[in-house]
Amino acid sequence: MIAKQTNQKAWFMVLPVFLVVAFSAVIPLMTVVNYSFQDTFGSNQFFWVGMTWFRDLIHSERFHDAFLRQIMFSSIILAIEIPLGIAIALTMPKKGWGVPVCLISMALPLLIPWNVVGTIWQIFGRVDIGLLGHTLASLGFDYNYTQDPVAAWLTIIIMDVWHWTSLVVLLAYAGLCSIPDAYYQAAKIDGASRLAVFRYIQLPKMQRVLLIAILLRFMDSFMIYTEPFVITGGGPGNSTTFMSIDLVKMAIGQFDLGPAAAMSLIYFLVILLLSYVFYTVMSNIGEESSNGGA
Amino acid sequence: MRWKWLVPAIYIFFLLLPIYWLVNMSLKTNDEILSIFSLWPRDLTLANYKVIFTDASWYSGYINSMIYVSINVVISVTFALPAAYAFSRYSFVGDKHLFFWLLTNRMAPPAVFALPFFQLYSSIGLFDTHIAVAIAHCLFNLPLAVWILEGFMSGIPKEIDETAFVDGYSWPRFFVKIFIPNIASGIGVTAFFCFMFSWVELLLARTLTAVHAKPISAIMTRTVSASGLDWGVLAAAGVLTILPGALVIWFVRNHIAKGFALGRV
Amino acid sequence: MNLSWMAWTKPTATFFILIFCMLVAMTIWEMKSPGGAPRVGILRFETTRGDRLFVSLLGAAYIHILWLALFPGLALWWAFAIACVYAFCVFKWV
Repeated sequence: MIAKQTNQKAWFMVLPVFLVVAFSAVIPLMTVVNYSFQDTFGSNQFFWVGMTWFRDLIHSERFHDAFLRQIMFSSIILAIEIPLGIAIALTMPKKGWGVPVCLISMALPLLIPWNVVGTIWQIFGRVDIGLLGHTLASLGFDYNYTQDPVAAWLTIIIMDVWHWTSLVVLLAYAGLCSIPDAYYQAAKIDGASRLAVFRYIQLPKMQRVLLIAILLRFMDSFMIYTEPFVITGGGPGNSTTFMSIDLVKMAIGQFDLGPAAAMSLIYFLVILLLSYVFYTVMSNIGEESSNGGA
Repeated sequence: MRWKWLVPAIYIFFLLLPIYWLVNMSLKTNDEILSIFSLWPRDLTLANYKVIFTDASWYSGYINSMIYVSINVVISVTFALPAAYAFSRYSFVGDKHLFFWLLTNRMAPPAVFALPFFQLYSSIGLFDTHIAVAIAHCLFNLPLAVWILEGFMSGIPKEIDETAFVDGYSWPRFFVKIFIPNIASGIGVTAFFCFMFSWVELLLARTLTAVHAKPISAIMTRTVSASGLDWGVLAAAGVLTILPGALVIWFVRNHIAKGFALGRV
Repeated sequence: MNLSWMAWTKPTATFFILIFCMLVAMTIWEMKSPGGAPRVGILRFETTRGDRLFVSLLGAAYIHILWLALFPGLALWWAFAIACVYAFCVFKWV
């Protein structure tokens, strides 16, 4: 670690970033707090209602369901994408013509606009015109993601795996590439098994990037909106109404500013706590490894 | 171990299959899509692409998206450069908390901000402009840019700064002449990520625009809900949104692996 | 510029002014004794005063919400009292 010089003038370098982000983050956040304690009948007339919205929300079935669905979705996503990503990164070629082919084709899904990802899977899964839906139907499966909640969930999960596993792969691959060849040779001389190499050489080296991967994947899946909105619109019924979808439905669809604001705040508090835990763990691991390395 | 290559190969096949299906559909006529199920177009046609390139309500969407994405990338990189330098070289009051606060904005769900954003940008008269979307996307792109650049900058030894100052360089001259060339690949990677997240975002872009700055992705959702029938044109529009991303990947392909490690490995 | 869309009220304005004052106070404290008094508390990671303030505030928010969830009939001042005790504990031991 480089010892950093204390210099308060550094604030001036940070100031532009601070101002732009504060403009877009602090003013809306304050507005959300203001709305969450009031009721409105339109045309900017507000009435103080105290904690009513929070009390209603905390006890509402709709919120509990959306929250549970969200937790379940994020856990499933992490449980599939992280191990799969590591496995693919481990088997990827280290040199030769395969490297650019892998990198480019794997990065491709990451740069497709999210609603187009939704559209791709919406088409792909349709029984009448989609390859996946048609194949499943002709094999005799009763697959219809617009009517069957299980099929809808499966479609969205497979879509998310399709969309985001590459991020985990690329992060893990970057971690693997940083391991010097000498480590592997030493392990070979010691007669270490494949598993031991993974456990004691590759995993520790990937630890940092894997944490970033888990952090990004967890947060992004926790606020997923566009893709399920395009594919299922939250249905069938409410079976794929995740937190963001419910929130936008409430705020923009029904224009219930107060309840939507209260939900935004609770949503934000959950995110804040989780980010703080991840960030603390991450910076502590960073310090440990740099102390160990020095 | 001989069959190791199969894992990435199957994965890439799985990745490309839905994209192939989209391309396949974009080259078919609407009749063919709905009547016969075929793995490749029997009746190859470019009519769907022609619709998009000749109809202003379609192609203006691409232009709008390009404009706000470019503005966003420029703002993000230029503002983030000095800030990342400050975080990587100096300690100052509240630095760690500021950094964390920036990151929380990367993590905050856009849905939380969508509603007040609409009112904020309407009240300052920026609603339905490219600059509004560009600034709104800074909410998550600026923190990301600072994060990535800080990683790359911390990899540059401090001695470079000190030698330059001893040689009599002023700070701005040192920064532009010596430091920026040193982290050129980092800047490229940052621009790539900013492009990526601004290009793919829909919720804020849709909330903040109505007519003049409407992004292509929002135009696509409108078409789905309005007609819901013209699958060929929809597929063609989708294929065209994938192309810019593919081009950008091609340019940064040599830096992707390092870039994804955020320069820290 | 018209600010009526932000729908300010006295209680929320007071709340934000209080938060702002806390940040100013923390800055002055930091100038008086720099370094932020880092230590390793019962959570086994190093915290400074800024961290402790953040943990207290975040915890206070959760305490209020939990109170609403568990005792919807009772006044929120009780939750506020618990939050104050919690904040004191955080500054003392974390």
